[in-house]
Amino acid sequence: MPLFDRKDKSRYATFTRRTVMMGGGVGAVLAVLGGRLYQLQIVNGDEYMTRAEENRVSQRLLAPLRGRILDRFGTELANNRRNYRVLLIPEQASQGVEEALETIGRIILLSPHDRERILRDVGNNKKFVPTTVAENLTWDEFSRVNLHLPYLSGIVPDVGETRDYPYGDVLSHVLGYVAAVSEQDMQNDTDPVLSLPGFRVGKRGIEKAYDSAVRGTAGVDRVEVNAYGRVIRDLGRDPGTPGSDVYLTIDNDLQRFAAQRLGDESAACVVMDVTNGDVLALCSTPGFDPNLFNVGITQAQWHALTTDDHTPLINKAISGSYPPGSTFKPIVALAAVDAGVITPDFAVNCSGSLAFGNYVFHCWKHNGHGRVDLHRGIQQSCDVFFYEVSRRLGIDAMEFGAKKLGLGQLTHIELPGEQQGVIPGRAWKLAKFGTPWAQGETLNTGIGQGYVNATPLQLCTAVARIASGNAVVPRITRVVGKSAQPRPTLKRLEFADKSLQLVQSGMNAVTNEPGGTAFPWRITEPGFEMAGKTGTAQVHHISKEERESGGRSTTAYENKLPWKLREHALFVAYAPVSMPRYAASIILEHGSTPAHPHVQMVRDILLFAQKRQTAMLPTAYPANAADISTPMGVKL
Amino acid sequence: MNTRPYAAARATLSLGDKLLEINWGLVLLITVIASIGFAMLYSVAGGHLMPWSAPQIVRFIIGLGLLVMASLVDIRRWMNLAYPFYGVALLLLIATTIAGHVGLGAQRWIQLGPLQLQPSELMKISLVLALARYLHGLSVEDVSKPLRLAIPLAMIGVPAVLVLMEPNLGTAIILVADGCSLLFLAGLSWWWIAPVATSIAVAVPVGIHFIRTAHFLHDYQKRRVMTFLNPASDALGAGWNISQAEIAMGSGGFAGKGFEQGSQSRLNFLPEKETDFIFTTLGEEFGFVGTIGLLCLFAIIIGYGMRIAMQSRSQFGRLLAMGITLNFFFYIMINASMVMGLIPVVGIPMPLISYGGTAMLTVMFGFGLLMSVHVHRQVEIPRAAGGIF
Repeated sequence: MPLFDRKDKSRYATFTRRTVMMGGGVGAVLAVLGGRLYQLQIVNGDEYMTRAEENRVSQRLLAPLRGRILDRFGTELANNRRNYRVLLIPEQASQGVEEALETIGRIILLSPHDRERILRDVGNNKKFVPTTVAENLTWDEFSRVNLHLPYLSGIVPDVGETRDYPYGDVLSHVLGYVAAVSEQDMQNDTDPVLSLPGFRVGKRGIEKAYDSAVRGTAGVDRVEVNAYGRVIRDLGRDPGTPGSDVYLTIDNDLQRFAAQRLGDESAACVVMDVTNGDVLALCSTPGFDPNLFNVGITQAQWHALTTDDHTPLINKAISGSYPPGSTFKPIVALAAVDAGVITPDFAVNCSGSLAFGNYVFHCWKHNGHGRVDLHRGIQQSCDVFFYEVSRRLGIDAMEFGAKKLGLGQLTHIELPGEQQGVIPGRAWKLAKFGTPWAQGETLNTGIGQGYVNATPLQLCTAVARIASGNAVVPRITRVVGKSAQPRPTLKRLEFADKSLQLVQSGMNAVTNEPGGTAFPWRITEPGFEMAGKTGTAQVHHISKEERESGGRSTTAYENKLPWKLREHALFVAYAPVSMPRYAASIILEHGSTPAHPHVQMVRDILLFAQKRQTAMLPTAYPANAADISTPMGVKL
Repeated sequence: MNTRPYAAARATLSLGDKLLEINWGLVLLITVIASIGFAMLYSVAGGHLMPWSAPQIVRFIIGLGLLVMASLVDIRRWMNLAYPFYGVALLLLIATTIAGHVGLGAQRWIQLGPLQLQPSELMKISLVLALARYLHGLSVEDVSKPLRLAIPLAMIGVPAVLVLMEPNLGTAIILVADGCSLLFLAGLSWWWIAPVATSIAVAVPVGIHFIRTAHFLHDYQKRRVMTFLNPASDALGAGWNISQAEIAMGSGGFAGKGFEQGSQSRLNFLPEKETDFIFTTLGEEFGFVGTIGLLCLFAIIIGYGMRIAMQSRSQFGRLLAMGITLNFFFYIMINASMVMGLIPVVGIPMPLISYGGTAMLTVMFGFGLLMSVHVHRQVEIPRAAGGIF
């Protein structure tokens, strides 16, 4: 048998042929693989590069340092303090998280509630993500933690920054506060920094109005992360821009004095520089501690703030709108004299009441004032005199005059939540109630009752305008960052100087001439005298029986009424009489008593401001801010 | 007839002759490719020899020794050892199925003293050896005879089913591909090839459609089958892995990110970066230049293998050389297609590059057999030496 035959040759030929075929197949497959590589790496390379970078680089936002809020003399009213915190990194806790908490719990106080939260946070995060164990520690506690650090595996002490309001509730309504970001904030604001854990935004006051300025812009920390999110290395850091400082016109010392003077009363007080509208103090009591909202307010604290009948959360100076009562009379008087409706000699005989149509309009003085001219009318706040003046003036001229003094419209002060008050008129009433104006309502309006409403800030503005003759516009910020705040140019009011002098003289008589309604509580120190006008605002309608049983001026009667039904006490003033610089207004809710505590408060506050020379002292605004001196063309 | 002298004379090649006959160029090429692997393992370990690069180097050196030793053994001895090898590999495979260790959800390796063996890897070489021996005894006409054909089909089918049951779809496919290629090269009639190839081409899509719409299967059963066939359909698991692999490969661009600069692998976005997906790391760090370069090196090896096959004077040698070469090629094809998202992920390593002991040693042993065919290319073996007995 042949070892190698034809069959062997044929199968060798077959093998060779088919091997070449397979070689072709191999080549085709390799070509396909090469084509796929070309597609992935050359054609779509850039796109995949982008996706790889997205995988690799994680951007972490760095919270910018919030700008400070300072008073006119550079006192820090809101700043940032060091927040001493303790963090826990679970993977570094060699004895486990429970044991680590047990140990740290012997050094600083940890409630079972805290423990629960920490364990929950640890469970929700990867094991290299730090969890906050405690924050806002005292230096003592923080030192103790640091001392024991060698025995605390997984515990990391850390220093952050948090908002601080060193003067607590004194400026609560001006500054507002910062608090955790709400879902609504997220919807209205697309700044990515809001999503940072623990970030705070301004919720009220200046903190809210200037939130974007004091917030600054977030920095970015670019880090390389692995597939599990762990940071591998830093790729560079943009520190961002810290927030701008905001300088207020407020004098912190005056503000504190005013707050102290108002005490626990439900009250509001505004002090203003009549030459330029700088608000020197804007006080609403009781206040609240803005730090509570930053650190985290408890349910009980929140409940106490919201249910207090003294409404500590409301800024009564701009959001409280009250009938101005007799403080409206100088305004009516000015409108009437300037319109030529009455002359300085014009007089009315007050018998205690005035019959008009089917109604009888009463004077606060049951027995009447006798013969009353403009000077006495203001000095003794005679209602009958002003009924008669209002009747002659008419509602249209009264509305026009009051609006020239800034009432019934927003002052546009840089604080959220301002009320615009009400100066009623024919068009206003038709729009509001659908009924025409009744003439009797003019009389009621003329003594600051009825529909008329004003905020303490508006009343202060009106007084500043009467005192200076200028269209003063109140402003509470002066410099933001390095630039001066724009302010409206100061225009002369369209009132004759003579008319203004007549009203000013009447207001002077209120405090400085015997028989004036505020005479007992005047400033007696020469050169510091104030002029003013008292007022009471009815909280409920006085019935015939009440009037006959003694009337509203009876102390015994007032004291028997529940607090909520007592009348509001108001006072507006300016000082010094000789050369007006400061205007002030006050409302003491349900605080009308014969001792006139509100007049005494304003007296003390105006005296304090004058002696301190609040408006004259050099301010601490940044030197390179644009000109912020007193506007030109104003006679001081 | 110009018959050559009986080849026994050539069997007396001295050891020195054999060493000189070894194709050292091919050995150098293999070493170059393996070194690329060491570099990549060094890179994915973050610039360290441990834990992957150093053991891999040790295994390669052992493998090199194995290669040289295997190439010196006479090809007729390998022919005699073919069936015992196959028998041992089959027994180990059965043992693995019964008592194997579960790794990555499949029974793939068995503990033999200090050694961890993957019998499915051994089987690839053993199957090639056994089929080459069997087919050596058949003429072209014999191959297509049903009775003759039944035996090699069983030799392919039994281990393939066992491997599939582990389950290890990738290796099962390679076994079937190896076996069918050898039948094809041995001269299987087109009358067999055409209908089978056609029916497979029709049956696969029809079968998949049938499983999808079958009423007698629960939804979870269907999903299980589909996930087995295409793991990428599991978007959060394997699907995420494959998309990360594509990102890694694509982001390499033309010239790559540079050695040790592959962010996807270094930051663990890449799955199994040291084993099945090592080619992706190469693509990421050395770009299109690196991947095409490696494919070219592979192509040269395959070319060498084919040349060795065609130069052999024995059918056993030819089939063995082609079997080894194609086995090597199938590894590359399946691994590269899989990491580039062309086919489902089936768990096949990139030969010489991926980290793994058994695979490295088997591949080197395979090259040893290839080299033995080359060294003994003039040896002629009578056809009667083939067949079953």
